[in-house]
Amino acid sequence: MEFALNEMQQMLQDTAGRLVRDRYDFEARKTIIASPEGYSPALWKEFADLGLLGVEIPEDFGGSGGNFQDLAVVLEEFGRGLVVEPFLSTVVLGAGVVSRAGSDAQKQDILPRVASGELKLALAYGEPDTRYDPALVATTAKADGDGYVLNGRKAVVIGADSADTLIVSARTAGKPGDRDGISLFLVPKASKGVDVRAYPNIDDRRAGEVTLDNVRIGKDAVLAAEGKALPVLEEALDRGAAALCCEAIGAMAAVNTLTIEYLKTRQQFGRPIGKFQALQHRMADMVIAEQQARSMGYLVTERIGADNAADRAEAISVAKAQIGLSGQIVGRGTIQLHGGIGMTMEYVASHYFRRLTAIEMMFGDNAYHLARFAKASQAAA
Amino acid sequence: MKLTYPEDAQAFADEVRAFVREALPDDIRAKVIRHKRLTREEQTLWQRKLVEKGWATPAWPKEYGGPGWNAMQRHIYDDVASEEGAPAAIPFGESMIAPVLIKVGSPEQKAKYLPRIRTLEYYFCQGFSEPGAGSDLASLKTRAVLDGDEWVINGQKMWTSLAHEANMMFCLVRTDPDAKAQEGITMLVFPMDIKGITIRPIITMDGGHSTNEVFFDDVRVPKDSLIGEVNKGWTYAKLLLGHERTTIARVGQSKRELRRLKQIASEQMMDGKPLIEHQNFRDKVALVEVELLSLEITALRLISALSAGNVGVEANLLKIKGSEIQQRLTELLLEAAGPYGLPYDYNKGLGDTNLPPIGPEEAASFGPNYLSTRVVTIYGGSNEIQRNIIAKSLGL
Repeated sequence: MEFALNEMQQMLQDTAGRLVRDRYDFEARKTIIASPEGYSPALWKEFADLGLLGVEIPEDFGGSGGNFQDLAVVLEEFGRGLVVEPFLSTVVLGAGVVSRAGSDAQKQDILPRVASGELKLALAYGEPDTRYDPALVATTAKADGDGYVLNGRKAVVIGADSADTLIVSARTAGKPGDRDGISLFLVPKASKGVDVRAYPNIDDRRAGEVTLDNVRIGKDAVLAAEGKALPVLEEALDRGAAALCCEAIGAMAAVNTLTIEYLKTRQQFGRPIGKFQALQHRMADMVIAEQQARSMGYLVTERIGADNAADRAEAISVAKAQIGLSGQIVGRGTIQLHGGIGMTMEYVASHYFRRLTAIEMMFGDNAYHLARFAKASQAAA
Repeated sequence: MKLTYPEDAQAFADEVRAFVREALPDDIRAKVIRHKRLTREEQTLWQRKLVEKGWATPAWPKEYGGPGWNAMQRHIYDDVASEEGAPAAIPFGESMIAPVLIKVGSPEQKAKYLPRIRTLEYYFCQGFSEPGAGSDLASLKTRAVLDGDEWVINGQKMWTSLAHEANMMFCLVRTDPDAKAQEGITMLVFPMDIKGITIRPIITMDGGHSTNEVFFDDVRVPKDSLIGEVNKGWTYAKLLLGHERTTIARVGQSKRELRRLKQIASEQMMDGKPLIEHQNFRDKVALVEVELLSLEITALRLISALSAGNVGVEANLLKIKGSEIQQRLTELLLEAAGPYGLPYDYNKGLGDTNLPPIGPEEAASFGPNYLSTRVVTIYGGSNEIQRNIIAKSLGL
């Protein structure tokens, strides 16, 4: 297990860290969230210019050909800064799926435009009744002439608001729950019959409910082999969970630093509240939770690229179960230790709590990952 | 879920596993796995095998007989040997007083004590806690006064583990009652079979006898029983308690217990199917495994930080989480045993008897072990003290 960053990763950490510190303070972030776009197109362009959007994209397609470990460093810094830009949906999920499952032509069409910041993606896999199971797809794609017709509804699609193209999972065969028969389609959001009802989530990131009403797309819109896309989707969701783990580690580190500082400065009963043992012990538990989460971050980056899908899934679940639990301890703890000020929208602690709460619930919550790990671990015993 | 070591480390892990499987007598392994108490003879037998192999006292410098392993090798040894059911080393000699001797002992003391600690010819106990000095150790009152060429000791020690088996003690005594609490304490080392020492057993709630009260009534020990300098004992005590923090996490032992828990839970039936197939129980087991795996990686991080000379709160974290996980495992083992966790079959659980077990043989130890493991969050600096230390290091 590798605990040290290499030169490339240190550079990425510097770049992303500086960007967050210089351009993403609380007030700047507030303005971004309140804007109609819900993210900053100008900053997005800067991400592209600094090479942050193409970290993992192969060099042949306009990226720098790095791996998930490189991406993880950027994600941790974005977690520290509570960055709301659609990085997860476009870079981790969207570009990730296209890199793995796309044809050369599709890669050539999409990846360079992601790296340059021109194209944003969103992965529309969840549905109102699927909870965390991507196989429960009810959306249909019927072959029709030289293409397909899509019908269905996609739920809580992260980044749907800002995306130019949606990657939609739909059934070309079988019934909800079947592993076979699921296909992925590239659907330009401007296509006739696509409706997005956009909204902010509790962490100020934008998402949307997507309705597909007789949406016609061409044969060339199919990503991966028809009916065989579930493993691609499962890997994408594990990558999503892995990315959130990295973000959560950054967020926990930042908010613990904030809370410690507050305990040292806030005075009550004639002394800093950090002198009270009840608060000290809760803070110690928050730091322990952060460190346990950080340890699991190393497992995430080591195993996310595992050849065996079951090994990968087991590692991601054991890690996300720990990191979700740590996020609860740290997030709920920071609000309690800050007291009244922690409750307000005007102070950053609450925003960390909101993000950590959202992270715990995305791509499988604590209960989901604990149960998935439990099954895998029992099978191995 | 298993972590993978780098290739050379993996080869070393395999070597350790093979050696333990070959060299460890079955009856000792069985006792360790069932939490039966080992006799001093059994503990010594295993230690001598390690000496022969050149693997005794892993943390000692090579010149004193250590194997010359790096931190990673020591971790692997610890991890694999405990997983395989090898007896844990008794910490008092090897991991506590020896590092102090190596640091501040005279050449004569080193030559006299270290080789005998290594073979367990000197079987040490630790005279630290007192009735009025637990977590607040610096308030200890046992007095030592220099009288000619001898120290005269009067007072009482408490929670002195293995005092009834040990032949040597290292002991904190007050030599300057007027100094600030920490500054009047001195460390002495002496044999247990001298006049004026009385040992009274303390039977713990599991029924076991592992700890004692020790009374000192005009006990006279030679002047050269002094370790280091007079009134510097507190410094040595801190050094000693901070030593080998990565082993206190007991990761290897907990991995063994986890495996056992899964085994028992797959044998115990409830509502017509194994307990482990009930999601409620399976998830409880999984949650311990999650935290144990995090802890193992944290221990590896600490090892890599130790090599870089940089240690943060991880050492205290290891104690807190490691002990909480140990307790959680005993809770789940008892729960898994069901009604046969109830019979208090003391001899079967902890000692020896020829009678057949009342219920499943392994179940007999779960109750006593559940009870006795409550101590792990109390000893070695209680978990509350550990949290105080973390808070202090955060600047609070």
